[in-house]
Parts: sequence; structure tokens; C-alpha cells
Amino acid sequence: MARRVTLRLGFEGGLRDVVVTIPDDEPAPWQWGEKFSVVGVDTPRLDGPLKAAGRAPYTYDIQLPGMLHGAILRSPYPHARIRSVDLGVARRLDGVRAALDRSGAAVRFAGQEVAAVAAVTLEIARDALRLVKVDYAPMPFVTAMEDAMRPDAPAVFESGANVGAPHINEIGNVAAGFETAAASVDAVYTTPVQTHVSLETHGAVASWNGDELTVWCSTQGIFGVRDDLAVHFSLPPENVRVITAYLGGGFGSKFGAGHEVIIAAELARMARAPVKLMLSRAEEHVATGNRPCSQQHVRIGAARDGALTAIELEQHGSGGIGGGSGSAVPYLALYRCPNLRTRERNVYINAGPASPMRAPGWPQGCFALELAIDELARKLNLDRLEMRRRNNPSPVRALEYDIGARAFGWDQRARAPKARGPIRRGVGVASAAWHGIGASGPQAQCVAFRDGRVAVRIGTQDVGTGTRTIIAMVAAEELGVPLQSVTAEIGDTRYLFSLPSGGSMTAPSTTPAVRQAAAHLKGKLLRLAAPALGAAPEDLVISDGVVRVRAEPDRAIEFADLCRRIPGDSLAADGEHVPNYGGYSTAQAGCQFAGVEVDIETGIVRVTDFVAVHDAGVIVDPLTARSQVNGGIIMGVGFALFEDRLIDPQTGLMVNPTMDDYKLPGVLDTPEIRAYFVEVANGITNTGVLGMGEAVHVAATAAIGCAVADAIGAPVRDLPLTPDRVLAAIGGV
Amino acid sequence: MKQFAVVAPADLASATRMLAEPNRSALAGGVDLLDMLKQELAAPAELVNLKALGGLDRIESVPGGVLRIGPLVTLNQLAAAPAVRERHPALADSAAQAATPQVRNLATVGGNLAQRPRCWYFRNPDIVCLKKGGTKCYAVAGLNRYHAILGGGPSFIVHPSNLAPALIACDASLALNGPDGERKIAVGDFFTSPKVDPRRENVLKPGEIIAAIEVPAPPTGARSAYLEAREKQSFDWPLAAAVAILALNRAGEVVHARIVMGAVAPIPWRAPSAEKILLGAKLDRALADRAAEAALAGAAPLAHNAYKIPIARAMVRRAILRAGGVADEPA
Repeated sequence: MARRVTLRLGFEGGLRDVVVTIPDDEPAPWQWGEKFSVVGVDTPRLDGPLKAAGRAPYTYDIQLPGMLHGAILRSPYPHARIRSVDLGVARRLDGVRAALDRSGAAVRFAGQEVAAVAAVTLEIARDALRLVKVDYAPMPFVTAMEDAMRPDAPAVFESGANVGAPHINEIGNVAAGFETAAASVDAVYTTPVQTHVSLETHGAVASWNGDELTVWCSTQGIFGVRDDLAVHFSLPPENVRVITAYLGGGFGSKFGAGHEVIIAAELARMARAPVKLMLSRAEEHVATGNRPCSQQHVRIGAARDGALTAIELEQHGSGGIGGGSGSAVPYLALYRCPNLRTRERNVYINAGPASPMRAPGWPQGCFALELAIDELARKLNLDRLEMRRRNNPSPVRALEYDIGARAFGWDQRARAPKARGPIRRGVGVASAAWHGIGASGPQAQCVAFRDGRVAVRIGTQDVGTGTRTIIAMVAAEELGVPLQSVTAEIGDTRYLFSLPSGGSMTAPSTTPAVRQAAAHLKGKLLRLAAPALGAAPEDLVISDGVVRVRAEPDRAIEFADLCRRIPGDSLAADGEHVPNYGGYSTAQAGCQFAGVEVDIETGIVRVTDFVAVHDAGVIVDPLTARSQVNGGIIMGVGFALFEDRLIDPQTGLMVNPTMDDYKLPGVLDTPEIRAYFVEVANGITNTGVLGMGEAVHVAATAAIGCAVADAIGAPVRDLPLTPDRVLAAIGGV
Repeated sequence: MKQFAVVAPADLASATRMLAEPNRSALAGGVDLLDMLKQELAAPAELVNLKALGGLDRIESVPGGVLRIGPLVTLNQLAAAPAVRERHPALADSAAQAATPQVRNLATVGGNLAQRPRCWYFRNPDIVCLKKGGTKCYAVAGLNRYHAILGGGPSFIVHPSNLAPALIACDASLALNGPDGERKIAVGDFFTSPKVDPRRENVLKPGEIIAAIEVPAPPTGARSAYLEAREKQSFDWPLAAAVAILALNRAGEVVHARIVMGAVAPIPWRAPSAEKILLGAKLDRALADRAAEAALAGAAPLAHNAYKIPIARAMVRRAILRAGGVADEPA
């Protein structure tokens, strides 16, 4: 059964009526001008006090009776054949309870898993690793992408070439496009390998009870971990329970059961005791994923009025022994260009495999594309923001440019004097896009208890974005009860299924299921209230914790009093995410403006301020939304100025796998950040919520890069923008 | 980390006796020591806890204007002490700019002087470099963007102490206490060039500890400045640091000059050539430029660290101008 509803959708200045078809049991989608009581109000994270007080149980905090500690032996060689692994002496060390060989025939990066042990203390486990005898036959290796691209480079995989086949996108006629260009830029841009540096490292605590396995795991996807473990141990999925009550970050690196999770479960089975295995910071840097490096040869041309006529990208990227290093997406999505060709090739090197990282490919691609557009604008003597407006396909972003330019003071600052002593000031602007639209699959349960409390249960996980808080807010909004009476219970595969927290999918995928569950529960509660109030259920409303007859608000019953009438212990209802049903638009725009100061005698860059303008459908909690903007920009500052996974060419070892040497922005490196949200009612689900995690990150590094080029009058085309590179660029002016 | 015991000595004499035994480490703030233990670069059987000894955490004014600084004085204590701030602002600033507030609350003056280098090859447990008894300094042909531009070879570490350049510029001295008694040396003589012994950074003998740091009264009219350039403004090691202590006569001529750089060489690097240019001359921007030029004249960069030369030069010039009370460039 389905019904058609007409919705007022769009954004300020671009509203229209849209008819969507929705299932009968689906609450009517929120639309433009919707009056909320909980949603849209700055709400501190419900679990903030627990986290701040150190009482939130992260995987690291799990302690079980008789628990052992696991540790992994990793290859010190970037490429070697393994002739043998001898665990005998290690196994006999007092306190060691299990040891296993994880080596294959070869290791292809320094840090690859070779063996593992479990012992009564972590110190004994580490001592035991030193007693494992491994006979390595070192082989030639290559750890720099440009070296791996040479024909005589050592082969990372014996079976194939280091450089993969190109992935090509082609629109129009690039050659013809360049012929009509009034100006063009031809330049090479590079971005380094960045690591995720989740504050909580990867790891798990595994505990067996017969053929039932319970795993506390630092993961972005509890059901993915469950399924991987079920397959690995040939168990039915329902025999595996995965719990992630609290998670210290993931950024894309924590999908599925990684080696450390499988190893913890294997050791626990061998030792017949629970095993905790959390990785060290160094292991985290070398073996749990990274954002691939890129080398982007960009040719871009435009007509005299700034309209792009052609873009050509030749891109190489390396995700170590993994793939997924493309960065062409922003070239295809950000601006209008009739003639476009991108060729992406993956290059293998002897380094840890890449994993998805916060908008895979986008920050790299944006950096090169936006710098190239600035270089082109300079040649055409056009204002850089104007150049972007000319080529912008998104009406929402057009509005965002206006809001951002006003808030940032673009017109004044882009023309302001740059010099004050040795300091040069500069400004930059870059565009963002994403599709944080979510997907179907999530189901939620909403439960009212006799004491008036409400629980929302869903098998999602809070990767740090505030999922727990916004889920509770959506349920409170739909039920018409105060937020304090709602508890969100997440992070357990015993709850109904939800998707992994990645791709900015969590908020858009979970909130419609939660809202539908809350609506279904409300229906049941109203049917319970109807006889007491002498009215039909459809004539009742709940608001501020009171059930009322719509036409006669004085005929009312407190929500808590109604709950006391619940027969038995509780009343529960389920809901699901209905496939996205059209609506206004699924696209997200966005733009960010950055201000920098460069000391031209030291080459040191300071990012002074940011203005970020974004849209993400209905903003459930503006406070956590701003927190996402802050996080996306701070991570962009790190990528722009500091972060670089450095591998020593002599040994193939990462030289900076510590928090000391791998440089992350600190408090003093964080700019003043102002966030603005454009309200867009998109009507694609019953909440119209889109994800924010990635849209807020893609443009940050590019905006800084553009601002630095503006400050010193020359582009620095290689990230990070370290003093050596900045000084070299100044020297070349 | 290997298991170890922590022992509490009854007095200084028994502390030095304990430390003279093999496989012992002194525990003061524990900041660098804990890193060394966790990275398995040190595996002592016993840590001799100097904090068990009373009286080593005080700053005392002794007759003659000398400040006697206990080795367990923390960096934050040093940075905040009125006597240090008033008489030796460069020293106070060098302490205030190190690491983070949390680290400065733990890290001690003695530990800052005796800490091991931060070179990423030295710190990597899988690499046996020259400093760890190996045959080569991996920085020479490797990744050396943060390494020495002056005084390098055969090891190219930079000495990590923030305080040492300021203490040298203050003509400070150290009281070293060991099993054979106490000896006193200038801070400038405490550090060992890798050309003498690449495996060590100072002259401490087995069992010897820094028992006190003595900073004499500054010359009449002397003013000081400490500046460092860091990639990150929060929690980073300097790319280059410079201390200038200058006294000017009424004519604006320099009558006392000390220029010392940090983070550029395996030891804190004094620049006598720069001091010579300054002495007797009238301080202005051109003179500061010439002195800074001279301070870096002998620089011999590796493949990736030549950029540190202009940075160090800028730090020296700015420190001179700030100490001399001359505006750098018009605002």
C-alpha cells in the first residue's frame, strides 16, 4: 500500500512542490518550514559526560576474567620470502598460552603480520615475540611511487606489473576543448600518503563460549565484523556477537574484521581464554590502512570569460600493496566542463595497504583541481571566486558562495595588501560536493517502558559523529517526548541490523528507520490512549510529553501516565529505512574559505580562519554538525601542512610512526572556524537527513593550498606545504 | 617494555653508587625515559628514582646573583619563576616553548639537558644506527629534513634540548655529582660532539648525575631573547632556535654578546663569529643581518635540510634585534 504526498521542498530561493510516493506506514517526510521541537536545537552529545569522565567503555577498556593479552610479530623487511617460522621457544616461555604462525610465502611491506602470541601479560607476549625465529630471505623492494613506475623497478607482486591499467573517464572532445581555450594551465600536483590516526587504535577482545564467539571490537561496522568472523570460523552469523559501545574514531579504516580481530579470535580459541589485542600506535600507522598518495598531471583550459573548455588528468596513485588510489571524482563532479578526460592508474609499492579514508580520492583531487583553477584564474585575470561561480553547476552552492563570501569578507580580503613585515596574508576558496544519501537496510526498534522511558535500539555504531545523540533526538521528535526520556542503545549485533558507518551514510540511513519505528510506537501508544481519552487514535497528538486530543487540548494525559497502562513490561515497534523515494535532490554542495599567514623568512604557514558553508538536508543537531565541520577542517589542516607517511628508502621502514614524528595539528594550529548551514528540504526519506562527515573535509586542504599560493604569489603544488617547499616556491618567484 | 624495578636512594651518594652499576637508569620526570622504554631502546633492570631525594627541585638565589637551579625543577617551574623571568627571560622562554603544558609539568631541567636525541632513525627499534653501535648514520643517505646543518658527522642528530642554548648563552655551569665526588663544568662543555663519540651526547660518566645548574647574574644592562621556528605551533620540536644575549652601551654599541643556536647541530651551537661581528659595533638591522649571516656561514646541509639555513638565520637575526630592542621590519 502506498500513498502520494505533496511536499514543499528545496531551499531558500529555490522551493517547489514535489509529489512523492511513500508506503502507508511511513510517516510523512519532513519538508520545508517543518516546525521541530527537538530537531534543530543545539544539543550536547548525550554521551559527552561519560566520555569526558573516562567512564565510556571503549574496546580498550574491556577487561574479562582470565583475559590474556595478544601481540603480533611484524616483518622488519619491506619485501622478503619467509623460509620458516619457528614458534617453539616462544611457546615455551612462562606465561605464554598460545602462538600462531600468520606468515604466507612472502611479506610485501614492513609491518606485515608474521606471527602472534597470547600471554598472561602484554609484556610477556612482547618478550615471546622476540623469541620467534623467522628465517627471512630479503628481496629487492621499492617504497617510492616514482621509483616503482620505472621499468626496471623491483616487482612488488611477482605476478604482475607495478603500474596498473588506466581507469578512464571521457566526456566530449578534450583536444577540441583546448583549441577553444583562451588560457590553459599544465602542471603536476602531488599529495602524500596520509594515515587515519584514529585515537583508539584497531583491536578487539575475543571471548569464546563453546561455538559462540563474542567480540568487543573497535569497528565502524559491527555486522561486517560479525560476518567476516562467521565466514572465517565457519559459524552461523547468529553465533557471533560483536559489540562496539564506544569507538575512538575510524575515518574509513575500520570496516570488517582486520588481521588483528581474526588473530585475537584465533588466539582465544587456541588458549581457551579471552584475548585482548589492541595495536600500538606504530602498528596502527604501518598496517591498518592509509589514504593513498597521488601524482596528478593536470591540464585545464578556459575561455576568456572563465568558462572551462577542457580538463585532462593523468593520475598515478599508490595505496601500497593495495589499490583504490584514484582521485578523479572531483574533476567529474565539482564544475561544469564539456570536454574532460581522466586517466587513473594504481601503482604498487612495498608499503601497507590503503583503506578508505574520509571521502576517498576527493581531498587529493580537490587540491590539484582547485589549485589549477586558481592558476588559470590568475592567467585570465579573473577573481577566483567569480571563476568558480561561472562553472558551478549547483544552485545550492551558488547560494553558499554568496553566504560564505559575505561572512568571510572575500571581496575585501582578496584585494587587501598582503605584506606585514615578513608575514604574507592570503585567502583561498574551494568547493565541496558529496552524496551522503544513505542506503536501505537499517531497521530500528523503539521501546516504551512502563516508567515512561523510551529506548531506541539499532545495530549502528557511533564513529564519533554523534550518532547516538541524533538518533535519540529523532525518536524524541517523532514521539513528542523530551529528549531526556530517550536512550539510544547502539553498537551491538543483537540489535536490529544497520549499515557500517562510512560514506556519510549513517545519519541518512539510520534516522528514517528510527523515525519510522518511533512513528509505529506512537501509533500503538495512541491506540492505548484512545479509550482513556475517549477519542479516536487519529485525533490524538503527543507533544512535550503530553498526549492530547487535537481539537480539545485540555483533554490530556501525561506520556508517563499513559506508559503505566502498557500491559506487561514494555511496548515495542520496529521501523525500517524505506528506499529513497525521489524528492528534491540527493546532491550536496558546499564551499570553504581559508585565510593563511605565511612567514616568508621561515616558510611556516599558519591557517588563521575558515568559513565553511554546507548543506546536509535537515540538520538534526547543529552542535554535532558544527563539530563535524571542525573535525573535517582540522583534518584538512593536517593534510595541508603536516601529515606525511615517510618511508626510509634504505630500509623500507616508516620513520615517523609515532605521534611525535607524524605531525597532527594541535590546538595552536587550529584556525578560527565559522560554519554556516543552508537548509535544504530534500524529501528523499522521511527525515531528509544527509551525512556530513565527508562533505566537510573534501575542500579544506584545497582552500588552504589556494590561500598559500595567494599569499606568496606562487603555487606550492606538493603537499604537505612544509617550510622547505614554501621557501623553494618563494625563491622561484 | 621490559619489566624493571624502581628503587629509591636514601641520599645523593647512594643514588650515584646505584647508578654506577650496569643496567641502571636515572628516573627524574620520566618523559624521555618512558619513550625510550616503550620503544625498547633502553631496557634497564632498575630505575633509580631521583625524586626520592629531597631538595633537588628548588630554584635558589645564592650570593653574587647566582641562581642555583635543582635538576628536578620542572620546565613549567623554571618558566614561571620570577627570578628567572626577570634576570634570564630567554631561559624562561626556552622552557615555556617546549612541548606542551602537560609535558612541561613533568619534564625536568636535568632531564632536558640529558635527554637522548629525537632522530627518527635512532628512535626506530628496527634500525641499528651509529648511535646504537651500528656502522652508519642512516640520515646521511636517508630522510634528513630535520637533521644537522652544522657540526654534523659522523652522526647528524640535532641536540633536542630547548634549555641548553639559553644556559650556554647565560654562561651557566653544571655541578655533576658521581661516585668520585662533584665536579663543575660549563654547560657548553657538557655536550659531546659525535666526532668525539657518536654514541653519546654528553660527558656524564657512569653513575654521574646533574646535581645543580648554576646561572650567574647577567652582565649589567644585558637583555636576552629566545626564538624558535616550529612547523607546528602546538607540541613540536624546533626546526631552528636562537638565543641572543646582548648588552649595549649608551652609544648603542654592543659590549656583550652571546649567540647560541639550537636544533641545528649535534650539540647546542654557539656562534662566536656572530658575536665578534656584534661586539663594539652599533646595533642596527644591517649589523644583525651580518651577524646572522656569519652564524650560518659554516653550514653544510644534507640533501633535504638546506631550508633550515635561512630559518636559523632568521631566528638569529630576530633574536638579536629583539634582545637589542631594535624593531625588525616596519609594521
